[in-house]
Amino acid sequence: MTEQLVLSTGEAVLFWVLAPLMVLGALALLFARRPVHIAVSIAGVMVALAVLYIALEAPFLGVAQVVVYTGAVMMLFLFVIMLVGVDSTESLTETLAGQRWIAIVGGLGLVALTIAIVTRATFASPVGLEAANADTNPVGVARLIFGDYVFPFELTAALLITAALGALVLSHRRRLGPKRGQRETVEKKLATFAESGSATAVVSAPGPGVYARTNSADMPALAASGETLDASVTTVLRVRGQVLRDEEAAAQTGRVAMIASGAPVFDTTDEAQLEDETSEIEATATESEGAEGAEGADPAGSDHADRDDAGDSSPETDEGDER
Amino acid sequence: MTLVHYLVLSGILFSIGAVTVLVRRNALVAFMGVELMLNAANLMLVTFARMHGDLHGQVIAFFVMVVAAAEVVIGLAIIVSIHRTRGSASLDDANLLKN
Amino acid sequence: MQDTPLTNLAWLLIAIPLASAAVLLVGGRRTNAWGHWLGVVAAAAAALLGIGILIEMLGLPEAERIHDLHLFSWIPAGDLSVDAGLLVDPLSMTFVLLITFVGALIHVYSVAYMEHDENRRRFFAYLNLFVAAMLVLVLADSYALLFVGWEGVGLASYLLIGFWNQRTEYAVAAKKAFVMNRVGDMGMLIAMMLMFASIGAVDFETVFAAAEGTNEGILTATGLMLVLAACGKSAQFPLQAWLGDAMAGPTPVSALIHAATMVTAGVYLIVRSAPVFEGAPTAQLVAAIIGAITLLFGAIVGCAKDDIKKTLAASTMSQIGYMVLAAGLGPIGYAFAIFHLVTHGFFKAGMFLGAGSVMHGMGDEVNMRRFGALRRSMQITWITFGAGWLAILGIPPFSGFWSKDKIIEAAFVGEGWQPWVFGPIALLGAGITAFYMSRLFFMTFHGKARWKESEDSANESDKDLPVQHPHESPLLMTVPMIVLAVGSVALGGLLAIGDTFTHWLEPVTGHVEHHDPVIAIPVLIGATIAIVLAGAFIAWRQYAASAVPVTPPEGSVLTRAARVDLYQDAVNEAVFATPGARVTEVLTEADTTVVDGAARGLGSGAVGLGTWWGRLQTGFVRSYASIMVVGVVLAVVVVLATRV
Repeated sequence: MTEQLVLSTGEAVLFWVLAPLMVLGALALLFARRPVHIAVSIAGVMVALAVLYIALEAPFLGVAQVVVYTGAVMMLFLFVIMLVGVDSTESLTETLAGQRWIAIVGGLGLVALTIAIVTRATFASPVGLEAANADTNPVGVARLIFGDYVFPFELTAALLITAALGALVLSHRRRLGPKRGQRETVEKKLATFAESGSATAVVSAPGPGVYARTNSADMPALAASGETLDASVTTVLRVRGQVLRDEEAAAQTGRVAMIASGAPVFDTTDEAQLEDETSEIEATATESEGAEGAEGADPAGSDHADRDDAGDSSPETDEGDER
Repeated sequence: MTLVHYLVLSGILFSIGAVTVLVRRNALVAFMGVELMLNAANLMLVTFARMHGDLHGQVIAFFVMVVAAAEVVIGLAIIVSIHRTRGSASLDDANLLKN
Repeated sequence: MQDTPLTNLAWLLIAIPLASAAVLLVGGRRTNAWGHWLGVVAAAAAALLGIGILIEMLGLPEAERIHDLHLFSWIPAGDLSVDAGLLVDPLSMTFVLLITFVGALIHVYSVAYMEHDENRRRFFAYLNLFVAAMLVLVLADSYALLFVGWEGVGLASYLLIGFWNQRTEYAVAAKKAFVMNRVGDMGMLIAMMLMFASIGAVDFETVFAAAEGTNEGILTATGLMLVLAACGKSAQFPLQAWLGDAMAGPTPVSALIHAATMVTAGVYLIVRSAPVFEGAPTAQLVAAIIGAITLLFGAIVGCAKDDIKKTLAASTMSQIGYMVLAAGLGPIGYAFAIFHLVTHGFFKAGMFLGAGSVMHGMGDEVNMRRFGALRRSMQITWITFGAGWLAILGIPPFSGFWSKDKIIEAAFVGEGWQPWVFGPIALLGAGITAFYMSRLFFMTFHGKARWKESEDSANESDKDLPVQHPHESPLLMTVPMIVLAVGSVALGGLLAIGDTFTHWLEPVTGHVEHHDPVIAIPVLIGATIAIVLAGAFIAWRQYAASAVPVTPPEGSVLTRAARVDLYQDAVNEAVFATPGARVTEVLTEADTTVVDGAARGLGSGAVGLGTWWGRLQTGFVRSYASIMVVGVVLAVVVVLATRV
């Protein structure tokens, strides 16, 4: 078993390219101000580590590293950073007296000690994993995990479940009022309507318009009478003033109305384009028809269907009330 | 170029992670420092596994990853709930334990 | 064994007064209206039961007169197992009757005497408590239970001396009595410890059975400790100082506790412990010497006192000295000690009640120099007091003659120097007793009045005299006095003729062959009567035939010394109190500087260390982490450095 392991030149090149990059990326931890930058650079370090693992004859761990660390852990970090406030930059001024000096001395001491130890220690001549990885590395690792380490492995399952539960418990918010279901929501809406008489209290805001020329969110929907409904565009766009202009909308709605009535529209467009457009429009028309008409037949998400339910049933109730 | 270079790299990364915990006030950044330390340890385990021709090191590194994943979940949940209640993710603000 | 239903109920003797005391104390003001009668009934019921048991006992043959009633297992502690039990025998029954009978009379007397005191109910509660405790003391069948009663009477005595504790000097007197009694109690405790250490038991039966085979040194030590205990309780030299001050209590208390019963507990203890003293002649001798000293001491003090109650107290001290002397003489004296105790209980209680009656009629005046010629206005008191006076003088056929004369005879019995010392002292004491008791009697009831009936007196010479309206006391007070006076007159002869009382006590004290005194008995009787008459005559000439000055004359050195109780307080102060206070001061100082200083130094040192150490606890995670990192670095450095 004492065959000498010789590291290839390629590996040396790889190492000497990656190692400085990793150190630089890691140093972002100390010097970068924005958490997002740090997280991204650490993700890079993780990827580089994965590469090094593969170079170190541990392809399974390398892949796991990418999946677990880069894919899961660092992304989780990014989510939390966004949750906490992506814009927050941190002042690097030290507030604890002497902390920085202690950190510098401790850090340099750690570096010096680890380097001193690993360089001065005498290691047996490296063996390499040629023999151990004879049946490929994942198989070798799996033999150990499901053999010698099967009990600890089961324990990690318990650990992960516990962690998941723990996260649930920690992020759980206690409900302060009673739960509001569909029925309560409807009743409240009707109560508001009875008070104010405004139909918007009972009718959910219409979705933005989706037409032949445009299906973007800045296109207001049309009322039955033909005018545009500003409320159908999201608040953000309205505040920013990015709602489609009225005349543009009117032009398009006119065309849409024509198409819907079955009249042929022949514009300056060529045949093929027309073909495309027609099929597109037809598709849109059937979609909107379906949305207006049949309940539950909607291929879109249930959320959408809910909104339509409310929109459909409410006017009827409304009428009944008025009678 | 020998395997010792990997060990040196691991030591440097570990120290950077440790210093991060000492100097950064932002809990998230300090937590990333902890993750870096764990990864440095993993690198060392993998390197030794190769040095000794023994896959046990890799298995241990694998377990470290699993535990780190669990730890991240809990740690981030704690940071989020602290941030939610105190409006701050600074480690220095959470110093009630001295009393 | 004959059936003895009443004897088996002996525990009721204690339970009745105790229950009454509990009712009165717990019931509080609600029992004010009838509380005193409850107290009287409780005492009378105990007396009736006592008489019943006596009658039952008289019906038994002598050998069967000792009953040990086991009540319950009291202290089952390893090697020491003490059962609570009552020993009903002639000796304890003698005391039971004395306590309950005299006690009941004094209860009746107190109803009238304390009529105007708003705390009368509490007074009766304490009296009942005292009776119960005293009965525990005399009925106990072990030193441990006896000690319970011993402390109980001490407590009752303390409460009653300080009954009017709104007056500081009374409270101080109560405290003084309590503290001096504690000295005696220590003797009692040490005696019990010695018994337990050497014999392994503290009940009478085992101790007395084992006493014969026990080392004389241990018996002597035990005996001396018992004598110390007796000195404390019975106000014997050198623990006599509290009795005079104890007169601060209401007069019925003085009559019951500080004349008839409690102060005689020491005599009871010595007689009861006879088997111990038999093996310890040294302790016996010490008891006899103490008795002789106290006998003279009390008599001398009594000659100089002008306070009627303090004179009586000094007399009590002196008479108990006689009893202790008799008890110290051994088996020949035991029966006479108890006999004198009983007769003394009657006539001294009677005289105290008489003194109370005089005070009642004279507006609580106690100074005899303000009395005089009271026989006309207080005839019953005069007669009953006179009976007591003649009894204590030892004039035949009054009670005192039968008992005291026997003690004087017994004091002359023996070999070597002892009869020639104790005998004359007892004789001399009788003479002095005659002098001071006659002085008291004449100053109070005879001679010229040193008070006046009204302001508009024609006589110029008595214009400084206080106005008094002496009157006879109500029936409730005079009847007990009359009963006690009858006892003073007849009891002695009744019990002494035919040696009834001596025989009665024989099951306990043992039969004693008659010993001849060193001087022939008729000569002794004659000498005693002569010396008593001489003393009484001197007193008559000085205090009845001639005028008594209202302000006390300066007097001789001895008189002045006797007036301050022969400097007993000064001696106590100088020998014990002052050095004790010094030692305490030094110890307190040492405590504050050394002990407290060390404790405080330790505390402040710990606080300082904690404060310094607490600075590390900043609460900042990063500080803790830096400590960890630095620690790891240092630890690795150390490991590397030591390894190289």
